[in-house]
Amino acid sequence: MAILSAQNVNQIRDLFGELRDPVKLVVFSQSLAAADLCAQNEALVREVAEVSDAISVEVLNLAIDRERAEAYGVTQVPAIVVEGARDYGLRFYGVPTGYEFSNLIDAIVIASTGEATLTDATKTALAGLDSDVDIKVFSTPT
Amino acid sequence: MRLAQHMAVASERVRATAIEATEFPELSRAYRVMAVPKIVINDRVEFEGALPEAEFLSAVLKATAA
Repeated sequence: MAILSAQNVNQIRDLFGELRDPVKLVVFSQSLAAADLCAQNEALVREVAEVSDAISVEVLNLAIDRERAEAYGVTQVPAIVVEGARDYGLRFYGVPTGYEFSNLIDAIVIASTGEATLTDATKTALAGLDSDVDIKVFSTPT
Repeated sequence: MRLAQHMAVASERVRATAIEATEFPELSRAYRVMAVPKIVINDRVEFEGALPEAEFLSAVLKATAA
C-alpha cells in the first residue's frame, strides 16, 4: 500500500523540479532493533525516491555495515543520510513523517543544489567556524 | 530542523540530525526533551522552540566558543 497520496507525490514532484546533482538516500535498518519502524522507513524512502530519477537509495544494516555506519556517524535505526555532491551532514533518526517529512524533502533539494537559503551574514559567520558543530533537533510528527 | 540543515549545507563543519523524539525515548531522556522542537548544539547549548536565524546562529557560535 502506498504511503504517499497522489497529492503528496504531485507536491514533491514540483519541489523536485529544482534538483540538479544526484542525491543518495542511505538508509540504515536493523530488523532486530526496530523491525516495523525500519520497514516503514525503507518503504517511505523508496516512494520518495521513485518521484525523481536524480534520487537513489542504498539500504544498509547498522549491525553488519559497521564501518559505513561509523563513517556516517550513525548510531541509531531507522536512520537516513541525505548525501549530495558531498556528505553535507544531513541525518534523520526515526521515520520522517509529518513535520519531519517536509524537512526530508527540503534536505533532498538542498543536498542536490548545494545551495543553502541563509542570509549572507550567517554564511560569512559559518565560513569562519574552526571547529565542528553537531546540531540535534528533537521533534514529534505533529 | 530547516535552519540546521541549511547550515549543514553551507558549512562542512556543521552536521544536522533530526531525531523523532517519540521513537527514541532513551535519547530524548538523555537530552531532557520536555517540549519540541528542542535543539541541542555540541551537547553544550540547548533551547526549545524555533529561533530566528540570527539567534540560532548566535547559539551555534556560543556552542563553539572556547
